[in-house]
Amino acid sequence: MSQSIQTHAMARVRHYAAQITPDQLLRSLGLPIVGIMAFLLLWSLAAPNVVTSLGTLPGPADVWEQSGNLWADYREEQQRAAEFIAMQEERNARILEQNPDAEVRIRPYSGATTFVDQIWTSLGTVMAGFLLATLFAVPLGILVGLNQHLYAAVNPIIQVFKPVSPLAWLPIVTLVVSATYVSDDPMFSRSFVTSVVTVSLCSLWPTLINTIMGVNSVSQDLKNVSQVLRLPFLTHVWKVVLPSSIPMIFTGMRLSLGIAWMVLIAAEMLAQNPGLGKFVWDEFQNGSSNSLSRIMVAVIVIGFIGLLLDRAMLVLQKTLSWDKSTATH
Amino acid sequence: MSKHNHLELSSVSMSFPVKGGEFLALDNVNLKIAEGEFVSLIGHSGCGKSTVLNIVAGLLEASRGGCLLDGKEVREPGPERAVVFQNHSLMPWLSAYENVELAVRQVFRKSMTRQQRREWVHHNLELVHMGHAAEKRPDELSGGMRQRVGIARALAMQPKVLLMDEPFGALDALTRAHLQDSLMEIQRDLNSTVIMITHDVDEAVLLSDRIVMMTNGPAATIGEVLPVNLPRPRDRVALADCPDYNQCRHAVLSFLYEKQKKVETLPRKQSSGEGQETSPSLRKTANG
Repeated sequence: MSQSIQTHAMARVRHYAAQITPDQLLRSLGLPIVGIMAFLLLWSLAAPNVVTSLGTLPGPADVWEQSGNLWADYREEQQRAAEFIAMQEERNARILEQNPDAEVRIRPYSGATTFVDQIWTSLGTVMAGFLLATLFAVPLGILVGLNQHLYAAVNPIIQVFKPVSPLAWLPIVTLVVSATYVSDDPMFSRSFVTSVVTVSLCSLWPTLINTIMGVNSVSQDLKNVSQVLRLPFLTHVWKVVLPSSIPMIFTGMRLSLGIAWMVLIAAEMLAQNPGLGKFVWDEFQNGSSNSLSRIMVAVIVIGFIGLLLDRAMLVLQKTLSWDKSTATH
Repeated sequence: MSKHNHLELSSVSMSFPVKGGEFLALDNVNLKIAEGEFVSLIGHSGCGKSTVLNIVAGLLEASRGGCLLDGKEVREPGPERAVVFQNHSLMPWLSAYENVELAVRQVFRKSMTRQQRREWVHHNLELVHMGHAAEKRPDELSGGMRQRVGIARALAMQPKVLLMDEPFGALDALTRAHLQDSLMEIQRDLNSTVIMITHDVDEAVLLSDRIVMMTNGPAATIGEVLPVNLPRPRDRVALADCPDYNQCRHAVLSFLYEKQKKVETLPRKQSSGEGQETSPSLRKTANG
């Protein structure tokens, strides 16, 4: 019985394998590998020829070594944190043994922030900024898209602010946040709020514009149906306008997330908010012989995470949108 | 309410603003339709058939004159004048059931319970023989099936008047014949008042109690009205040899291809004489 299943499975594998032609295999796997190899080769040949004050530019081998070091740093810190916690627990247990009523506490470990921690921080910040941008841009886009007059009024503002670089926004946002975000026990640090607001300001435009365009392009036929049914305004928006424009909104959100990730690195550098941007900046200021390699590791990681974020949005779009045809790379 | 004044169009004119003036699309259209009557509007492209239908639907407002339904003026669209659109106009993200349900919930949200509404949706889908595909989305249905769902949605609103804008225009001949038969059956059972736009002479004669023939635009108006006094139920095969049927066909064909021949349309005089002016260049813009 199991044997028959096995042969069946193998037959299927063979069937699929037979469907992939050598030509396809070359294109989908062979050529990218060739491209990456060629890039690494050129890089390792060119890098030693560029001399900076911190030595020559790192080649792929140096970067690989440093990424190993950064990972080792992270594991080491984790180890220390675990030991620190374990030590406290042991001590607390001893205290409780002598005096069951004693108040015991566990202090969190406050060691050095490692590269891996910075990645998580950055991801958290970018998500916060992106969510804020989406929550603002989608409802606004729907309102503007539904009203031609409002659109005419708002469009020039969008066109002017859309191309503004995060570096230009940051000083203003920093000052405004310092002035308005005052509390004795802030939930978030100021630098975090500054980064999030800057990321939102720069990344909301594609979502806003695509939502407006999506709402504008709701077919007249469907609007007529809605009119004949006398759907109330909110039902009209919820049942006709929003589903119609969902594919466009998602396209905008994907663009926004890409921009948010790019902007975040710059914002973290300047706002001194923990994250990959700060990591890059600190290494730059640090100026050790390993700094360039470490920055290069960060560059590559930033690229990979950007790619993963984009793929994740694509998956989300494919799951949620009724129009699968628009969800392509 | 007089039975003969169920729906009344009185001196309806429609002009659209165009570059450098106004384009008079419809001029002085008068029509009275009785309850349960099936009326076809036929005419060449651009003669304003759709404009008439949209005015009755309330999607367009007449520049002059107006439309009365049971003595009340039509001012806005509403479910008592349900429209079957040419290209089905189903929400692509909703299943056939949900498309009909959207209409049913809106029209009967107060007068029916949830269970009643569910049954009513299924009943209307069964009426157009689409009960088996209730859970399918429009992109999984053929053109004819989509159009059936569109008709089910309109019927489910229990409209006083059913407005159909070339409902079978985009379908192949066999599917069209099949749907025409279904429509005749439904109309006989429900005794609905129907206004249907068509390009198809056979369709008009087969389905209608009266055929309203429209002159070519600009300033299109009703040219002739032909009563079709063929006994019902009508059978398309039997009618093929029926002299009355062929006489009706002949009358419509001669109107369309002799009296209103499209190619050499002559500019028409304005009938109202109230200083409406259309420049010669505007007359060529009659289409759509």
